[in-house]
Amino acid sequence: MSEISRRAWLGMASAAAAAGLVGLPALQRESRAASLSPREAIQKRNFPNVALVTHDDEPVRFYDDLIKDKFVTINMMYTSCKATCPLTIANLVRVQKLLGDRVGRDLFMYSITLDPPHDTPEVLKQYAETFGVAKGWKFLTGKPEDIELLRRRLGFSWANQEMDKQKDFHTGNLRYGNEPNMVWGAVPGMAEPEWVKECILFADWPKKVARA
Amino acid sequence: MRLLKYRFTKRQLDVLKNRQDLIKEGISRRDLLKLGLITGAGVLVDGLSVSKAFGGNTCGSRGSSLCTVSPPIQPFLDLLPTPRDGTWPVQTALDVSALGSAPTAAPNTAAGEGRTIAHQAFTQFPPQKYHGITQKAGQVKITSDPTIALQNMWGFAVGTPTMNNPISVPGPLYVESYNVPILVRNYNRLPADNGGFGKNSVTTHLHNGHTPSESDGNPCTYFENGQFYDQHYPNVYAGINSTHPGTGDIKEALSTLWYHDHRVDFTAQNTYKGLVGMYLLFNNSDTGNETTGFRLPSFPQFDIPMVFNDKVIDPSTGQIFFDLFNLDGVLGDRFLVNGKVQPVLHVSPRRYRLRWLNTGPSRFYQLFLTDLTNTGANNTFWQISTDGNLLDKPYQVSSARLGVAERVDVIVDFTGKAGKTFYIENRMVQTDGQGPSGSLRSAGQGDLVLKIVVDGPQVADNSVNPANITAFYGLPATTATPRVERTFLFQNRGDWRINDKLFACTDIRFKVLKNSVEIWNLENDGSSWHHPVHTHFEEFQTLSINGSAPRTSPLVQKGRKDVARLESRDKHRLFFRFRDFVGRYPIHCHNVVHEDHAMMAHFEIVESGADTNTRP
Repeated sequence: MSEISRRAWLGMASAAAAAGLVGLPALQRESRAASLSPREAIQKRNFPNVALVTHDDEPVRFYDDLIKDKFVTINMMYTSCKATCPLTIANLVRVQKLLGDRVGRDLFMYSITLDPPHDTPEVLKQYAETFGVAKGWKFLTGKPEDIELLRRRLGFSWANQEMDKQKDFHTGNLRYGNEPNMVWGAVPGMAEPEWVKECILFADWPKKVARA
Repeated sequence: MRLLKYRFTKRQLDVLKNRQDLIKEGISRRDLLKLGLITGAGVLVDGLSVSKAFGGNTCGSRGSSLCTVSPPIQPFLDLLPTPRDGTWPVQTALDVSALGSAPTAAPNTAAGEGRTIAHQAFTQFPPQKYHGITQKAGQVKITSDPTIALQNMWGFAVGTPTMNNPISVPGPLYVESYNVPILVRNYNRLPADNGGFGKNSVTTHLHNGHTPSESDGNPCTYFENGQFYDQHYPNVYAGINSTHPGTGDIKEALSTLWYHDHRVDFTAQNTYKGLVGMYLLFNNSDTGNETTGFRLPSFPQFDIPMVFNDKVIDPSTGQIFFDLFNLDGVLGDRFLVNGKVQPVLHVSPRRYRLRWLNTGPSRFYQLFLTDLTNTGANNTFWQISTDGNLLDKPYQVSSARLGVAERVDVIVDFTGKAGKTFYIENRMVQTDGQGPSGSLRSAGQGDLVLKIVVDGPQVADNSVNPANITAFYGLPATTATPRVERTFLFQNRGDWRINDKLFACTDIRFKVLKNSVEIWNLENDGSSWHHPVHTHFEEFQTLSINGSAPRTSPLVQKGRKDVARLESRDKHRLFFRFRDFVGRYPIHCHNVVHEDHAMMAHFEIVESGADTNTRP
C-alpha cells in the first residue's frame, strides 16, 4: 500500500477513535498490517507461534523458540506410519550425520507429528532413539488444531482434497530455510542423503564470494 | 501428559462428518461440484470449508496463493512496452574489450567465472558478437495506478555491471540471427537481501536453443553473486554436426525463444521475481522484413512479442507476493503483459505478428480475441508456430492454449477494423495451481489481459496473407527407427516424481547416444495436476496424443515443440533426434513449483556408453 493510502488508513483510524466508534481495534490492525516488512509478512502468514512439546517433554513456542533467527529443516511424520516415514526418518538420520556437529549448533532439525493424540512426547522419544537421532533434532507434538494449523501454514497440504486427507501424503517433503534471510525451499526427504544435505545448505548463512 | 487429546470444535466435527459421509458414499469432489454441494472453490454450500474450519486459513490448501488477494488495480492505464516503441530494451552488441577479461574456452575461474565446464564448440563456432547482461535488483513500475507502489524485483540489465543500466522486466530482448554465434557474459550482481523470496544464485536457461550443455543454463550449473558465466550460443540448426553437416537442417529452425532463471529448487521464486526475457532468431526465410522471405509482418514495427504472467500484490506489504510454502502451483489474480498490468497496444488497420509466451508460474491460458461490443463474433487469427517452431503452414484458429513455457506466434489481421477495440482474453477457468478445470468462460467473461485499439494510421501492408502461405520449411521426417523407446510417468506420491524416482543434481538418470533417434512416451499419472513437460535441447514432434494423431483444429497440436502439455491423464508420444553436442540436459515439469520440488530428471548425451533403459 502506498504511503498516501497508508496515511488515509491511519487518518480513518484516528477519526474512528475520536468518534468513539466500535471496531477500532480492527482498523488499527489494518493500518499496522499495511507496513509489514517482508520478514514480518512471512512470519504472520507461515509461522504461527503455537505451543508445542518436544520429545524431551520441554514446552516450546513454534516461532519464538524454533524458527526465529534460525536456519532449520522441518518435516512431518507420525510413528504409526508404515511406509514413507520410517524410510524418510532413516534417510534423514544419514543426512544429520553428513551435516555433523552443525546440527544443534547453527542448524536445527524439526519433525512434527501428524498424529498428536497417539504421538506423545514419550512415544516420540522412543521413536527418535530407535532411529538413532542425535542432538539438535526435535520431534514435536501439540494440540491437534495447532498441528493442523501448522500443517496448512507450512504447506504440507495438497489442493486435491482426497489426497490431502491421507496423512502419508504429507510426509514426503523436507522444508529447509533460513528465517532472517527469508530463503525457503524443499527437497523430498527420501532423496539421496548427499543431495538432501546440499539442498539444505542452499539456505546456509551467506559466505563471501570474490567479486569478478 | 499435557495436551494430547483430540478436541475438535463442534463446527469442525460437523464439517468433517458431512465430507466423510459423502466420501464414504463414494461421492467425489467432482460429484459434489455437480450436485452443487460445494462451490468451485471447494466451500461447502453451508459456507464452511474443511480448511476454514481448521484455523481459518486456506493458505497452503486449495486456492493456495489466492488466499492473499491483490488490492484493486485500474486496468488499461499503461502502454504495452514494445521494441517497436523503444519501451522494451533491446540487447546491444559490445566490443569484446568491454568485457574486461577475454572469453576463453576453459572456465576463467581466476577472473571470477562460475562456469566449471569448457565450451565444447567455441573453436568450431567462434563468437561473432559479444553481449553483457547483468542480473541485479531494482524498482519496477508495473502500473501507473498511483495506489500501487514501485515493485522490488530482480531483472536483467543490458551490458556489464559498470555500464550501470537499469533492469527491465521482462529482460532485454535478444534479436539474433542464425549462423551468427554469440557469447553472452552473464553477471550475477543480485543482493543477499532478497526482500522476502528468491535466491541470489542463478543459472540462465535459453529455452530452447540448440545450445551446448555447458551454455544451456542447466539447473545445476548455477553461479553466485559476484561471479559471471560466459554462455556461448552458436545459433545453429540441429543437424549441423550430423545429419546435415556444415549447414544444419533448416526445418529445425526456431523463431521465438525465451530465457529465464533455472536455479535448482529456486526457479519459481526467481522467475516470479522477474528473471525472464525473450530471444528472437531470424534467418533468410523468417527475415523480420515483410518484403523478403516468408513475408511475415516486419520486426519491430508489426511484430510484437508478448510475455504473459500472473502475480499477486500482498496488501500487507504493497509488494508482489510469492507463496513460499505451496506444493501445487501458485496463481496470481493480476495479469501482466510485458511487465505491465493489463496494458494497451495501439495498432494500424493491417496484419501483425504477435508472439505469445506464458512464463507462468503455474497458470494455463486459452487466449481469444474479443470484441466486447460483439461478443458473439468469432474473431479468428492465424497460428503460425508452436513453441517458436513454424508449422508446416498457417492454420486459422479461434483461440490458442498455452501451458507454462509454451509459445505461440499468431498473425492477426486488423485490416478493415479501424476504430475498433479488441481484447486478448483468457477464457480458461483455473482456480488453483494444479491446472485448469477444463471449462471455458463465455466471451467477455474471462480475463481481459491486453487491450488492442485499432487507431493507428493507414499504412502499407507488404506482408503476405497467411491464407496464401502453403508451406514454411516443412516438418522433418519422423520415420527413422528409434534406437530406444522410453516411458516417463509424471506422478504425485506425496512428493513430485518421474517414474517413481526423485531428482538430484548428482544423478544422471539415463544416457542418450549422440546422433540417435528416440521415442519418448510422456504420461500424466491421472491425478488432478496438469504437467507442461519441457525437454531441453531438442525440439520434438508429437506422434500422438492419447492414441490419436495430433490435430490442427480447434487447437493446433501438430508441429515441432519443446513443451508437451500433459493435461490430466494425457499420454503423449514424441519423436526425438539428439544431435551434434554432448552433455547433461534435464526433462522436467514447467509448472515451476512442481519443477522446484523434484519433478525433473537429468539425461546425458554421450558419444558412447548410452543405455536402453525403457523406464529411466
